[in-house]
Amino acid sequence: MTLKFLVQKEFLQIRRNSFLPRLIVMFPIVIMCVMPWVQQMDVKNVVVLVVDNDHSTSSQRLVRSIEASRYFISGGQKPTYQSALADIERGKADVVLVIPQDFGKNIAKGEAPQVLIAANAVNGTKGSMGSAYLSQIVSRSVPYATVLQQPSVLTLYNKHQNYKLYMIPALLAIVMMLMTGFLPTLNIVGEKETGTIEQINVTPVSKWAFILSKLIPYWLIALFVITVCLLLAWLIYGITPAGPLWLVYLLAMLLAVFFSSFGLIVSNYSDTMQQAVFVMWFFVVCIMLLSGLFTPARSMPDWAYLTTYVNPMHYFIDAIRTVFIRGGQFREVAHQVCALLAIGILMASWAVRSYKKNS
Amino acid sequence: MKQFISFVIKETRHILRDRRTMLILFGMPVVMMTIFGFAITTDVKNVRTVVVTSQIDHLTQAAVERLAQSEYFTITKTVSTPQEAERLIRSQKADMAVVFAKNHSMQLIVDGADPNMAQQWTSYAQQTIVNGKSSIVNLKMLYNPQMKSSYNFVPAIMGMLLMLICAMMTSISIVREKERGTMEVLLVSPVRPLLVIIAKAVPYLALAFGILITILLMARFLLGVPLQGSVVWILTVSTLYIILALSLGLLVSSVAQTQLVALLLSAMVLLMPVIMLSGMIFPVESMPTVLQWIAAVVPPRYYIDAMRKLMIMGVGIGEVMKEVAILASFATFFLIVALKKFNVRLE
Repeated sequence: MTLKFLVQKEFLQIRRNSFLPRLIVMFPIVIMCVMPWVQQMDVKNVVVLVVDNDHSTSSQRLVRSIEASRYFISGGQKPTYQSALADIERGKADVVLVIPQDFGKNIAKGEAPQVLIAANAVNGTKGSMGSAYLSQIVSRSVPYATVLQQPSVLTLYNKHQNYKLYMIPALLAIVMMLMTGFLPTLNIVGEKETGTIEQINVTPVSKWAFILSKLIPYWLIALFVITVCLLLAWLIYGITPAGPLWLVYLLAMLLAVFFSSFGLIVSNYSDTMQQAVFVMWFFVVCIMLLSGLFTPARSMPDWAYLTTYVNPMHYFIDAIRTVFIRGGQFREVAHQVCALLAIGILMASWAVRSYKKNS
Repeated sequence: MKQFISFVIKETRHILRDRRTMLILFGMPVVMMTIFGFAITTDVKNVRTVVVTSQIDHLTQAAVERLAQSEYFTITKTVSTPQEAERLIRSQKADMAVVFAKNHSMQLIVDGADPNMAQQWTSYAQQTIVNGKSSIVNLKMLYNPQMKSSYNFVPAIMGMLLMLICAMMTSISIVREKERGTMEVLLVSPVRPLLVIIAKAVPYLALAFGILITILLMARFLLGVPLQGSVVWILTVSTLYIILALSLGLLVSSVAQTQLVALLLSAMVLLMPVIMLSGMIFPVESMPTVLQWIAAVVPPRYYIDAMRKLMIMGVGIGEVMKEVAILASFATFFLIVALKKFNVRLE
């Protein structure tokens, strides 16, 4: 019964703050409207310079097919390789294609010509993807060169290579992390700074009831936020989960249990808001970067991959992508659900233990 | 002058006595550099591959061996039907399947959830299976022949951390004095108000330089990122950027009245755009035009661009004149606005 009043108190506190209710409503909306446009990691608009030493019909046909591709923008022709490199150094172009002198003649004779592609690889992904697309176009333009049969490719699940579909589960994770992670972090330390924690400490409320009353509002907020995010993904981008909806909710709630408990733990150990925020930020950045949210977890070196076994974000993102994109059922993500549950229970009991009524 | 120095000492003590924040401030660059330098890679590695074949002959054997020998792929299982392979991919036990049909045609089935990686896996697999014999293309990767991700990340981390330390920390420390009421005491002291603020910025300037040097040393000796360009110019451009960030911090502190507002302002207005719109993780060219316009007024973007050119590509200062000019005009603008807005009196 006391729990009900305590939860009521928390909600009143959140509602009477002039800033928090607006943040809770606006934040997921803004993130879902803007971020999928920002997080386009597909390689587009690569500027290509062509050094054409041949000037034959086949070389001109090659240049035209590059200009027609949606990945490339033509940066024009350059007389020499050196002048093209100077443009790359100035940041005006990304890739140089050098067509050799006898390009057309070699093709007519049925010999394989040697084309040079030089890519600016400071950004490794852009360099390798850009040059891979370019070499595909070049190989297609030379009919004799493809002697060996290339294997055909069947892409599963994300057939249109839509980057938004890949990123929306990650956005769910980020929104959950910021909303249910940072708000509890500021909560108890805020009560400490304003001194109202003293009043709670002298009441007969048990530690369990107190911490639980701090956690429940954030779980409800998480439920609200996840619904908003899923609705917006459906309305704006037409993207819906391929797997069962209840699994998406289950996973999101388990993540909320972890992050809200973690936020309270940091809050319990901190003395000032600034400290709490910096400590939380530090952990959140590490958890996020090492989870495989933006980069594939499997490319990490072994010692870094070991950390993913205790990283709840890794289990979450793995499972939610299986459910959301690949249409996985419960038994495909059972082991991630168990791991998240175990980590969540552990953190919640730590949150209760770390709260001390006597200072 | 003596008064000024004692103010600087006071501010330094403020920083040094908050142990936890200090730890985070110096721990952050080290941890970030380690994570970005070693752990975060987009390299193709350990792609779990399933072989789908009903009978094994010498042709399939040769192709499978070529895949297994390459460092990119690990053969995890051999199954007999494509359906089984798809089930393995769906439950995240495999990333790719190579199907050998009866008529010797080959098909790659790939998990397309991550479009970029799917594209790279297939192009690597095709190259490996065909064995590059018929290739007519000579590829040359300029400036970063081993395709290390850290070449791309180090300049970005510099841009982010310097902004974090200079802008966020300075603004919070000034606003904290307002909130606690100690600003009043400082303003009635015989030191000129402007000097009070400059004295506040000096320790953070030193801190920023310390972190800049740490990052550069770690990049050079731990991650093996080359410093191709001249170190003098790298430091000069960085100084310009630090001044820019400090004046931004000053601006935030004159707008914000409480620590929480200063924190949120610098996090939302300064930090988020830096991470999202500066081309650090997500390429600016792929964004819609409206976002590209917004990205054009995010100053760290120009700093990160300039650093990439100076550090990694090793071009002369002449090639980055545009970025330096933009940074300089941003810095003058923010400095003038911040000084104009700076109030000698408390409201």
